[in-house]
Amino acid sequence: MIDHLIVLLVVLPILGAAVPPFASLRYDRIGWAVATVTTLGHAALAGALAWTVWTDGIVRYAVGGFAAPYGIELVADGLTILLVVLISAVSLGVLAYARHAGPHANSFYSQFLLLVAGLSGMTVTGDVFNLYVFLEITGLAAYGLVASGPGVRSAVAALKYLVIGTIGASLYLLGVGYALAATGTLNMADLSVKLADAGYDSTLVLTAFGLIVAGLLVKVALFPIHTWQPDAYADSPDSVSAFISALVSTVSAYALARVLFSVFTVDFLEAVPIARRALVTVACVSIVAGSALAVAQSEVQRMLAYSSVSQFGLVIAGFAIATPLAVAGATVHLVGHAVMKGGLFAASGIIERKTGATTVGGYAGIAGRAPAAAGAFTVLALAMVGVPPAVGFVGKWYIVLGAVDAGLWPVVVVLLASTLLTLAYFARLGERLYFAEATIAPESVAADGGERVSTAMIVTVVVAAVLAVGLTAAVPVVDQLLDKTVFELMLQ
Amino acid sequence: MTLDLLTTHYNYYAVVLLLGIGLYTVIESRNLVKKVIGMNVFQTGIFLFFITLAYRAAGNPPVVTEGAGPYVSPLPHVLILTAIVVGVSLTAVALALVVRVYSEYGTLDEDTLEQLYHD
Repeated sequence: MIDHLIVLLVVLPILGAAVPPFASLRYDRIGWAVATVTTLGHAALAGALAWTVWTDGIVRYAVGGFAAPYGIELVADGLTILLVVLISAVSLGVLAYARHAGPHANSFYSQFLLLVAGLSGMTVTGDVFNLYVFLEITGLAAYGLVASGPGVRSAVAALKYLVIGTIGASLYLLGVGYALAATGTLNMADLSVKLADAGYDSTLVLTAFGLIVAGLLVKVALFPIHTWQPDAYADSPDSVSAFISALVSTVSAYALARVLFSVFTVDFLEAVPIARRALVTVACVSIVAGSALAVAQSEVQRMLAYSSVSQFGLVIAGFAIATPLAVAGATVHLVGHAVMKGGLFAASGIIERKTGATTVGGYAGIAGRAPAAAGAFTVLALAMVGVPPAVGFVGKWYIVLGAVDAGLWPVVVVLLASTLLTLAYFARLGERLYFAEATIAPESVAADGGERVSTAMIVTVVVAAVLAVGLTAAVPVVDQLLDKTVFELMLQ
Repeated sequence: MTLDLLTTHYNYYAVVLLLGIGLYTVIESRNLVKKVIGMNVFQTGIFLFFITLAYRAAGNPPVVTEGAGPYVSPLPHVLILTAIVVGVSLTAVALALVVRVYSEYGTLDEDTLEQLYHD
């Protein structure tokens, strides 16, 4: 049992996802209970795996007993378990939120569990083709979840997401084909050795790098290939936008880090400076363009979506700079952003239910009508800007220090400017919430009846806000984890 | 030389053509069903690329029998079987969404949909 921990992380949610359709024959609303029990099991497995990695170091598992490099290998190191624990925690938070907020259909919870399975699979896999399969499982589940909204707009958003997402995953697969042609292997650890043997200047290796990175960047949604993302986040139900904004791009960015450090390795980035420069440039453009687009939005959820484009620019820049400090910063910001952005979407969902406000103008003076949600929203927004001691500050600070170490001064300027730009769009909202005259009369909502909001929804958002500040205390643990299991490999 | 490349590498030309046609259709066509078709053509290009990788001159089918080697590589075939299954599922989901959009708006044209949004 204990040996199979890592594969159970994927198997358990898939088995759980098969239950609700059959249970529908008898019970109407069993989906939520099944998803919660399964996710609690997933959290227990994630905790046990984290403990094993913490005490014994990297865990490797050969699926079906076929030894690597011929079989599929699953690997868990420090970076993996951070993401696995994040997936469990966010899933539980979203379930607490969705208990009341819905959607309530059994099929919704099947897709929810499939998404958990796909994300866990992407995190633990040590095989590039297996990563493609989990990328598509994640994608399929996410398209279904986005489409679960009541209006047809959500179907159009999901279709757009599907077409662009599939092109991204297909580019990744094409890149895997080039890597396979260059080396004849698909195992990540084996590839890192054989790509070096094939020569980093070989056309096959360079093309493989370009296609794989481009494919994953579509999934991360960096500018200018982010076009699927704002619609998908803004037109889906609020439980879904909180869930996918917190996890889907996050795990894709993790997959990119995995490809950079475990497959191509830092040596490749050293040997091919143009690859690193291209990646850093794309990331910097995304930081600036994402922020500028966020400032221009009038709908709050769209603004949050464009903010993700900018924040993921920061994360990718950190990974591309590839000094230990920058990578630690990018990891902290990756996890921190997931908590903050998920919390922000959930808080905006509560505010919409209580007051009907969805636009920046509508947020004026409504803090008093949804005090807990407005308070949490403000704390999360400030954390995202990077006000110390919030976790958003630590991540950005480390990335900036890493860029200074590497002597990339233009990047340092963009990173610092990004903080100001983030402030530009969040300060506007904070000011409206607390210091402006209300534009939506309270009676207009009361006449509608105003949807009820459960305590669990409020607690979820407040916990996210507390974590956005409290996670700073966990940063030394992250450093130690990465030191023990990631940097040793990176810098050997 | 050029003729030689043409006659020995025609599979790769087909791959490039399929990728190009597929991507162009996805970007250029305003019709949602044609976009899904373009996506399929693009994926087919990748499938052909992998299958071509597996080819080996005078290779036998990869069923191990005495003295039958050399074999073509079975690995890309298996990968593409998986990728085809993924592609079918994606097409199914995409078409389900197309049906939902059409039953609501009665159009599959992106520009018309945009207009309907703003009304």
